[in-house]
Amino acid sequence: MKRLAELIACVLIGKCEGGDKFNMNAIYILWLRELKRYFRSRSRMIGSLGQPLLFLIALGFGLGPVFQRAGQGNYFQFLAPGVISMSILFMSIFAGIQVIWDRQFGFLKETLVAPVSRLSIMLGKTLGGATIAVIQGIFVFILALIVGFRPDLNLLPLALLFMIMIAVFFTAVGITIASLLEDMNGFQVIMNFIVQPLFFLSGALFPLNSAPAFLKIITSFDPLTYGVDGLRACLAKTNQYPVTLDLIILLVLIGVIMTIGSYFFSRIEI
Amino acid sequence: MENDYSIDVENLVKKFDNFTAVDNISFKVKKGEIFAFLGPNGAGKSTTIKMLTTLLSPTSGKLIINGNDAVSQQEKTRESFGIVFQDPSLDDELTAYENMQFHAVLYSIKKELWKKRIEELLRFVELWERKDHLVKTFSGGMKRRLEIARGLLHHPKIFFLDEPTSGLDPQTRNHIWSYIRDLSKKEGITIFFTTHYMEEAQESADRIAIMDHGKIVSTGTVEQLLQQTKQTSLEQAFLSLTGNAIRDEEASGIDRLRTHRQMRGGR
Ligand SMILES: Nc1ncnc2c1ncn2[C@@H]1O[C@H](COP(=O)(O)OP(=O)(O)O)[C@@H](O)[C@H]1O
Ligand SMILES: [Mg+2]
Repeated sequence: MKRLAELIACVLIGKCEGGDKFNMNAIYILWLRELKRYFRSRSRMIGSLGQPLLFLIALGFGLGPVFQRAGQGNYFQFLAPGVISMSILFMSIFAGIQVIWDRQFGFLKETLVAPVSRLSIMLGKTLGGATIAVIQGIFVFILALIVGFRPDLNLLPLALLFMIMIAVFFTAVGITIASLLEDMNGFQVIMNFIVQPLFFLSGALFPLNSAPAFLKIITSFDPLTYGVDGLRACLAKTNQYPVTLDLIILLVLIGVIMTIGSYFFSRIEI
Repeated sequence: MENDYSIDVENLVKKFDNFTAVDNISFKVKKGEIFAFLGPNGAGKSTTIKMLTTLLSPTSGKLIINGNDAVSQQEKTRESFGIVFQDPSLDDELTAYENMQFHAVLYSIKKELWKKRIEELLRFVELWERKDHLVKTFSGGMKRRLEIARGLLHHPKIFFLDEPTSGLDPQTRNHIWSYIRDLSKKEGITIFFTTHYMEEAQESADRIAIMDHGKIVSTGTVEQLLQQTKQTSLEQAFLSLTGNAIRDEEASGIDRLRTHRQMRGGR
């Protein structure tokens, strides 16, 4: 408990045990490494555009007319922010989970014996993973534009902020999960029992206002709901919750997960 | 007096659940000494090194590294040593130079300094021509040389080497050992290493500890060990202290992965 309190102080004030502050250079080089690895694997970049494209085309065009007839407006406009959020979610979790690869292939040891606080390492990795996820989200955004998405561009900076918050939150979730796992065996379980539900129960695909009450309650416990809602408010001008509420909830969640995550990350042993 | 020792270990114990991997060991290593840590597979050598290098927390015992407590003063301890792990620890998707650069920044070395040192070290391990190649294209021996160069980049006071020469050809082993001996003599760096090659310990080590089943069964110079066991070679002394039974190494996830890669032609 005492350690947890120290870590909260650490995240909030940037002052850690032993008087150690954030090591900016270390955070930078860890961030840079994630980016280099990402840009070097073209297949990963291109491969992860396939699924969002399928969703946009199959669901966007397939369900569009039904949606229209139900008086809900243009489904494609509605869906695109959801699919952008989805791609950020998957990319973020995946980037976080890469810590397990680092552990299996041994590189994590090199980072963990360095004279750098675990919090700095966790931050560098989170920012690196989140940056990749946001870049991926922007690619999907452009893809959606090409396929026919016509967003409102006035609130683009705020939309970007929501994308960043989704990315930071879920990368930290990925790293936290990775800190608790020894190897990739649990990966499939995580995808099926955490990531897929997070996506399907977020209101990314269907409007919450017409959903049955029990579903609405479930979605309100899904962090992605607020990311999708905020992004949709900015780009498609429809939302379920006030944008400020989305913003505050995401910020609080980021604070909580960073605290929990750096606690578990600091306890990793090889 | 404390200050004459680089490593001071007292009553160190490490238990994994109810299996005792390191069973109440104590030893001291003097500054500038070359110290060999020998023992059959599964003796607990790597586990001991992981505790000395702050990667594992001990179940109980005292661990002083360069005057810092390795449990309560982790970051100070980490600044003062370099390490070559038994398992690979490079980023395969980065180049040799990028791996070195990453290390330099993590250890807060100044840019003018690391530029010079990286070139020096990469030239020494004969990888300078390959500095911009991705590590995944390297052979096992090249990766090992790169890890050694990297471990020395921040001029550590203690250099831990866990089976640094396993899988290398005799030329490379000789080359690396003469460099390490030189370094220890010139810069007063303490060397703590494990190996299965008895001749490496015989040639290079000032003192040797022999470990078996988590316990240190004997410590001393080569002569002392030979006298104690009344044998004529270190290999015979080693076998008489640890017995002839073949040890099964219980493979961890990493070990399994390594064996898998070995079978496919990697290190
Ligand atoms: N993380 C771990 N969990 C459980 N047992 C372990 C772990 N790490 C090592 N061991 C066990 O501890 C013993 C000592 O291992 P190790 O220190 O790697 O031996 P050595 O390096 O001398 O070959 C072995 O029996 C090994 O299986
Ligand atoms: Mg070992």
